[in-house]
Amino acid sequence: MRVNGLARRLPSIGTSQIVALLVILAANWIVSPQFFDIRMQDGRLFGSLIDVLNRGAPVALLSIGMVLVIAMRGIDLSVGAVMAICGAIAASLADSHALPVVLAAALGAGLACGLWNGFLVAVLGIQPIVATLILMVAGRGIAQLITEGRIVTFTSPDLAFLGGGSVLGLPTPVVLTLGMLVLTLLIVRGTALCLMIEATGGNPRAAALAGIGTKLITVAVYMWSGLCAALAGIVASADILGADANNAGLWLELDAILAVVIGGTSLFGGRFSIILAVVGALIIQAMNTGILLSGFPPETNLVVKAVVVLTVLLAQSPRLGGYFAGLPFNRPKP
Amino acid sequence: MKRSPAASLLARLMPVLATTAVFIAGFLICSAAYPNFASLRVVMNLLTDNAFLGIVAVGMTFVIISGGIDLSVGSVIGFTTVFLALAIERWGFPPLLAFLVILAVCAIFGAAMGAVIQYFELPPFIVTLAGMFLARGVSFLLSTESIPITADLYSHLADHAVRLGGGARLTVPAMIMLAVVLGGMVLLHLTRFGANVYALGGSRTATGLMGINVPRTTVAIYTLSSVLAGLAGIVFSLYTSSGYSLSAVGVELDAIAAVVIGGTLLSGGYGFVFGSFLGVLIQGLIQTYISFDGSLSSWWAKIATGLLLFAFIAFQQLTLHLARRPRRRPRLATAGAAP
Repeated sequence: MRVNGLARRLPSIGTSQIVALLVILAANWIVSPQFFDIRMQDGRLFGSLIDVLNRGAPVALLSIGMVLVIAMRGIDLSVGAVMAICGAIAASLADSHALPVVLAAALGAGLACGLWNGFLVAVLGIQPIVATLILMVAGRGIAQLITEGRIVTFTSPDLAFLGGGSVLGLPTPVVLTLGMLVLTLLIVRGTALCLMIEATGGNPRAAALAGIGTKLITVAVYMWSGLCAALAGIVASADILGADANNAGLWLELDAILAVVIGGTSLFGGRFSIILAVVGALIIQAMNTGILLSGFPPETNLVVKAVVVLTVLLAQSPRLGGYFAGLPFNRPKP
Repeated sequence: MKRSPAASLLARLMPVLATTAVFIAGFLICSAAYPNFASLRVVMNLLTDNAFLGIVAVGMTFVIISGGIDLSVGSVIGFTTVFLALAIERWGFPPLLAFLVILAVCAIFGAAMGAVIQYFELPPFIVTLAGMFLARGVSFLLSTESIPITADLYSHLADHAVRLGGGARLTVPAMIMLAVVLGGMVLLHLTRFGANVYALGGSRTATGLMGINVPRTTVAIYTLSSVLAGLAGIVFSLYTSSGYSLSAVGVELDAIAAVVIGGTLLSGGYGFVFGSFLGVLIQGLIQTYISFDGSLSSWWAKIATGLLLFAFIAFQQLTLHLARRPRRRPRLATAGAAP
């Protein structure tokens, strides 16, 4: 029955996001006719569409972790700072250690950051916004401590491959994001975890009474978010062959939250969709790329983003009867 | 209930007292490390340098006590400085008229955010996030350059200061901030509006059932926050004599941190304007210490602020935990021994 419900529900939820993505892609095609051109060069695909996927990879990675956190009625403001920390670790170790060590250290740091957030939220009972604000403020300082305030560069081709290389023609960041998406889907949707996360987000007390280990799940979800952020940080570092603790992942937590919200997951917890969060990330990136391609000044980017957020928000507002009712004026004022 | 009024007042003021103690301890540590630190001049500079943050923190205190959050304030400051620079330098507005216009624009902006939060039942976090993007985006559209403001009023206001001896100057930004802090304390603690703000933070539903006009209060709170952010923008433009669309990036986080360090509960319903003022001063103290030291790098400020945040939040959780425990037992005791 649940499967039936899902089958009926998901397409109806997903259509608005997918239509939005298609509309934006079509708009990009209008402003730049060669938008859909894809060519093969040196065994790697090139083109604006591939670029959208490639540039969107870090935010898509963050949104995979963020959607789980938000489904638990939490929020993770620290992911941008965690990206900076993990990128700094990866870049400083890259030239002196083998790739597995570098990855283990950076991903381990991401897990540790998630553990800290999860500990504050689940064990100390601190509000998620505040709990993750601590690491958001201090994390960038820690990242600068690791890089000693400089922009650390590296030459290791192994790590650089993760940012600039390609697998089967696709850029590595895209492959990593797909891998993370599939892994997360398998773990979450393939088991009862999905139900437990939705239950905890819907009503933590009822979920705990029903025998769900809400604390353990909360910690695990924040750690997963930290892991996704670490991977995003590694990709961002590998892409620029260095780590800039000041700017790596700056404000990307907001983009990730935005992607999740565009993806239709409510900030009040409960029902969530990982795939649509990634679609949300792609919508944001397609918008960014489109504005760049159109020759509009990049300054318009934020205004367009704000308008899109507001539209999506109003569409999701509990006050509006349906997605297509559209206008707020249709309803009597309270 | 059983406690004497003085004791319960003391318990209520505990977090602010703790913040005060931390500020005094921090100041003593700094003074012990650097003999020149303990001077009126340093204190006055602390007020001037953090004036805009102090003003924003007062507005943020109202928002957070009411159970909301306002992420847009940093962008509103940036927008205000750009608007002022353009209005005064390019469009030929007299500065005072420009101030009035920008405060009105900010009021409308805040009221719109409050209305969206109230009437569409959307989370303040995401609505003010959209407001943050919008305000920053519009200021980028206005201008991406840093524009110097050369109006006479600006140089007059920059020179105007109450001299306190020893090189200490109580500057105009500092005076504005102190006035806003005092005004905020009066508004929050002595007026009906202030009481409504606390009530909203306690429970929206109960507040509505009590007959308080919840929509009007919500809109007023976000209007106040945006107007104060606009005022902070005016002060910021006075302080830097310029307008730049990238100014005050991330100030919302500093303001939220100051409010939390000041003992206000982020879940709403409890807090003091004076605590936020001290929170701002503590952050300023950390910055001043680092600039006095010279060899410490700026990132230590971030780490220290993060640690302080953690310490204060952990302290709050502890006091909440302790406060919840004994209250159950006395209630049973008083039930039997009621006069």
